[in-house]
Amino acid sequence: MTRRQIHLAAHFPGVNNTTVWTDPSAGSQIDFSSFEYFARTAERGFFDYLFLAEGLRLREHRGQLHDLDVAGRPNTLAILTALAAVTEHIGLVGTLNTTFNEPFELARQLGTLDILSNGRAGWNAVTSSDAFHGANFRRGGYLDHADRYVRASEFAALSKALWSSWRDDAIVADAETGAFLREDAIARVRHESRLFDVDAVFDVPRSPQGRPVIVQAGDSPDGRDFATAHADVIFSLHTEFADAQQFYRDVKGRLAAHGRDEDSLKILPAATFVLGDTADEARERSREIALAQVRPQTAITYLEQIWNRDLSGYDPEGPLPDVEPDTGVETAQGFAGRHAAIRARVGQLREQAAAENLSIRELVIRLTAKHTFVGTPEHVASEIDRYVQERATDGFTVVGHVTPHGLDEFADRVVPLLQERGSYRRSYDDGATLHDLLGLPPVLAPAAR
Amino acid sequence: MPDRIHLAVALDGAGWHPAAWRESTARPTELTTPAYWRDLARTADGAGLVLATIEDALSLGGRSSEPDAETRRDRARGRLDAVLLASFLAPVTRRLGLVPTATTAHPEPFHLATGLQTLDHASRGRAGVRLVAGSTPQERANFGRRTEGPTGIPASGRVEDDPALLAAFREAGEVADVLRRLADSWEDDAIVRDLETGKFLDRDRVHNVAFEGEFFSITGASIVPRSPQGQPLITALAHQTIPYRFAAEHADLVFVTPADAAAVGGIRNELADAADEVRTLDEPLRVFADLLILVEDTRREAEAVWNRLQDRAPLTTDARVVVGTADDVVDEIRALAEAGVDGIRLRPARLPADLEAIADRVVPRAAAAGILLPDDGAPTLRERVGLPRLASRYARQEVGA
Repeated sequence: MTRRQIHLAAHFPGVNNTTVWTDPSAGSQIDFSSFEYFARTAERGFFDYLFLAEGLRLREHRGQLHDLDVAGRPNTLAILTALAAVTEHIGLVGTLNTTFNEPFELARQLGTLDILSNGRAGWNAVTSSDAFHGANFRRGGYLDHADRYVRASEFAALSKALWSSWRDDAIVADAETGAFLREDAIARVRHESRLFDVDAVFDVPRSPQGRPVIVQAGDSPDGRDFATAHADVIFSLHTEFADAQQFYRDVKGRLAAHGRDEDSLKILPAATFVLGDTADEARERSREIALAQVRPQTAITYLEQIWNRDLSGYDPEGPLPDVEPDTGVETAQGFAGRHAAIRARVGQLREQAAAENLSIRELVIRLTAKHTFVGTPEHVASEIDRYVQERATDGFTVVGHVTPHGLDEFADRVVPLLQERGSYRRSYDDGATLHDLLGLPPVLAPAAR
Repeated sequence: MPDRIHLAVALDGAGWHPAAWRESTARPTELTTPAYWRDLARTADGAGLVLATIEDALSLGGRSSEPDAETRRDRARGRLDAVLLASFLAPVTRRLGLVPTATTAHPEPFHLATGLQTLDHASRGRAGVRLVAGSTPQERANFGRRTEGPTGIPASGRVEDDPALLAAFREAGEVADVLRRLADSWEDDAIVRDLETGKFLDRDRVHNVAFEGEFFSITGASIVPRSPQGQPLITALAHQTIPYRFAAEHADLVFVTPADAAAVGGIRNELADAADEVRTLDEPLRVFADLLILVEDTRREAEAVWNRLQDRAPLTTDARVVVGTADDVVDEIRALAEAGVDGIRLRPARLPADLEAIADRVVPRAAAAGILLPDDGAPTLRERVGLPRLASRYARQEVGA
């Protein structure tokens, strides 16, 4: 029996505290050479795709820019398109918001990326409704929270209609008769709803894979509905084996209702890794990396975002603050919420810290710097393989902790072991699209009109 | 000794003639493929041209003035997003400035700004943009957000006679302003990576732009650290008073369309007068004249090709047309150079044929005639066209404080 094949994505280390900029080998997070190096490493490791997050505004902490962690990154679409020129096989997937873009424009940008990369584009469709990010956009933070996924869903449907509005053979370019396009080459796309009023004629030809791969990353019920209706990949956070298996069963079980089979949606949770020649060495490295990821001030800053007050007087190595969170005003940054939610969150953290006797810093390490796979390359490879063979995931979205060399070790030491197990590709097929790499069903060409 | 100038090229589909795609040298089924654009960009780069503009529009018919532009099937159709196309071309070119067209009516200024800054990083300082004001009814229908806007050039031909067009230029001005503010929002040395204090960023050197205009507002700083040029080059194409004023106020470089060399002086004067009134940038405005060219080995051949093209689809153009030999083109370039432009943007009637003629014949002859500014090795597009790298306005404030 053939083994289930592992799918891997490589997440470029982004702007957060998991990227250890203090490491002496850490390079630039903005120079193109970093992205090129990372993409080539991912291609050397036969990854399915490179994954890039999006920035819509610099992170703030209590009204000031975050200054402890890596800040500043490129525009997602522009850097992915530049990478299309220097890579051959790897998929190029970016997070792009459905709230602060318009379908016609984003569809043409993603169509452009798909064409220029010969069918390697992907779109992690995320939603937003907050005023903090909205303040940088024409739209503003106008969208009701409840409408986020309504807009996302209509946005995806409209984008798909635009991507399939050109026939594959639309361009005839008959110099003799002077016909460039077929008469029925392009279908008009109308979409009228409460949120959109579009009457469009798309101007980008159909791309090599029909449309970009669509990735989804939210875990709410609305997010799962969106994923089962529209997505090809879910970027989940479920990495504990039993939990991952349960999530996997839940999501895959919902597909039939949409007329889809299990292989049409891949689940690739985020995973970090730390390797060592021995298990002890790996554990030790993991510990060192976690301490570098969560420096004392980082730990306090993290709690300040939840407590929404100055906690600088507390010892990061000591117990959790005994003061109550300030729920008077909402901070703008996603940590905000209803008063009760904040109190509940603080209650949870206190319980967890008490149960395990954790200091502030240790707690934050548990929350933000707990490494998914720690051990020898053999151990990590066998764990990854186990998750896939036992249907807890279809693979992982791997992120290292150093820019841009953080993937090297994985490509050099783990990938060959996955190949030996017969669970991972040994080469790319020429001309494979990202749909092909992921083993997704092809996107059907629009029927002749 | 004539004044020395730069040569640039304007890339668009199968070329600027609407029948160009039907020529045997054309590659009409490849107009939106990576190989086609890679070839064009490498040819322009290899020829030593200072920059290439890439046309764009947000509708199928583009900026064509043909009334049935959206529905006719005998014109080359299908486009790629120009900012992304330029990003794709950045790693495969070495010296060429990359200047995509961007419309200012629909895209989010924040996305446009960060896209151009990223292009500047990826190209190591060769990014520019040509801003186009306004939108067509079909562009508005494609987006479905705005119902009102310009319906075309008014009967008088003058922008100032249409309030919607005037508003479009005001909006374009806001976009240009915000592109510069966002580019300035990070000072050059904002990333400190200070192990002692544990700070990656000096937050005092990153500034919120806090722009509030008639058409949109932007609150925060850019997400992109300051790029090699500081500010990507802002360019515009202008034919008449309002666009001249727009260019004088907001652009680093303007493309103009003199009917002949004698017309250059008048245009330069009008631009200079407008600059006296509205320009706040410290640097001079660079002026490039557009020339639409079709080049063959003999005038007779060139005219035969031109006639064939015109029979198939008559070209209407804003730019002076030169149909002839490479020497004819060089003569025109020389005349314009002597009339006082800083550069010439050549619009090839046919792609790739006339671009190849530029590379193989026009550039070498113009160089031999001593008309071309040699490549002095300046690392960025801005410096290459003789403009300084701009310091962040915030850094300047500190110096003055």
